Order: sequence, then structure tokens, then C-alpha cells
Amino acid sequence: MSVKLTTRQVGDVTVVDAVGRITLGEGASTFRDTIRDLAAGGHKKLLLNLAEISYIDSSGIGELVSGFTTVANQGGVVKLLNLTKRVQDLLQITKLYTVFEVHDDEAKAVQSFK
Amino acid sequence: MADQKGMEAHTLEHVLESTLESVDGAEETVLKEAEHLGFDEDDLHKIGISLRECMVNAVVHGNRYNRRKKVHLKVIRTADCLTIVVGDEGDGFDPAALPDPLAGENLLRGSGRGVMLMQAFMDEFQISKREPQGTEVKMVKCKAKTE
Repeated sequence: MSVKLTTRQVGDVTVVDAVGRITLGEGASTFRDTIRDLAAGGHKKLLLNLAEISYIDSSGIGELVSGFTTVANQGGVVKLLNLTKRVQDLLQITKLYTVFEVHDDEAKAVQSFK
Repeated sequence: MADQKGMEAHTLEHVLESTLESVDGAEETVLKEAEHLGFDEDDLHKIGISLRECMVNAVVHGNRYNRRKKVHLKVIRTADCLTIVVGDEGDGFDPAALPDPLAGENLLRGSGRGVMLMQAFMDEFQISKREPQGTEVKMVKCKAKTE
């Protein structure tokens, strides 16, 4: 299974619910295209809900970072929500915990954009 | 060849096409061997992701998807350890020249983290020149010793 991304609005925050695997190939390109489309559509507050992401490889991590910079370059912010232990470990190993703001409560995460 | 417990090593060798489908197939093959050896879920994940990173490097960066070039996969299972050897037929590279993905100036790069993940997740990790051409990566993961 590749990745399935669903977006919903909570106030002015766009929540992206991701399910599946973000790996080189279809998963990473679907993720990249979705984030770019959202950024191009003027969505400046993105909250990526990764609770249902079972697997992410270095290409997937690369897409997270690229998404972060793409949105930031347009004056927006990307934050992460509900990381699994495995994704948390990956962010620790790659030091990306220092880059991303990570939340485990959606309501508080949405509030943090205010 | 027998290991320290006297168990015969079980060896698989495959010659694979330089495609992303080969990455999926190799992952399936290696995880089956790892499950047979009795690794826990966490280690299976680490072995799976390391194998994927290694295969992707061979297919994408080593062989550059060239249909004439193959990826050589060898898996050796003993009583306690799994050894994975992945070779490509590419031009080779200098591992020392890889940028440090943890350096501040590289943190926001979109790539370059694969080798670091393999080193973090496996017990042994070696990169060497493959004869007559290419690069060979050897990775070993052993089961945690129980008291």
C-alpha cells in the first residue's frame, strides 16, 4: 500500500491525514504533489497527521523536509501531529526534531497556529 | 559452513533488475529470512528499512535504473545473525565524500540520509568496492542476547 492523503479544514488550519507508507516511488510523489498543491492553493497552515503512517524511508523523510521548506518559502508553516514511535525515532536519528514542531493533541496543535 | 552453534548457514543469492519492483521483492525475501530467524517487530522494521535504503541506492544511484546493470543480493542466515550483501554495477563512489546529513547546513536537504539510517539500524555496516565494477554494501543484524 502506498500513501493515501485526505485533507480537511479546521478553522484556517489545513489538516492532512496520511495513511500508509511514504517511500520512494508512488508514496513519496503523492505526498510531494499534495503538499505542493496545497501550498500553491494558498494553504499556509498545514498540520500533517501521521498517526496512520506505518512506514517512512529516507525519501519520505526528504519529502517531509521539502514540504516544510516549500510551505515556509511561501510564508507558511508545516507542523506534525501524532507521530508513531517509529517515525519519532527517525526524526530523532536525523535530528529533524529540531526542525519540526511536533504535537500529539490535534486541538492544541490547531491552537498553536494562532 | 556452520556457525558457532553448529547450525548450517542458509544462503540465498539473487540477481535482480534495476527497478523499484526489485526493491519490494528484495524486502519481501529478506524479511522472510529475518522472520524465520525470530527477530522481533522492531528489528524487522529496522532490517526492512535498511534493506530498502540499500536496494534503492543500488538501483537509483549505483545502476541509475540501467536495464543492462543488475543488483546482486545475498542473504546469509545463521542461528543468531542475518547478513545482507547488496552489490551494484555502477561507477562506485567515495563514502568519505558523502555530506554529513546532521550538519546544520544539510538538515533541510531533501536527500542524503539513507547511509546514516542503515548505520543506525544495523549492527555492522560496510561499504566496499565491488569487483569488477560497482559498490558492495554488507550489513549484519544479530538477535539480542537473552539472559
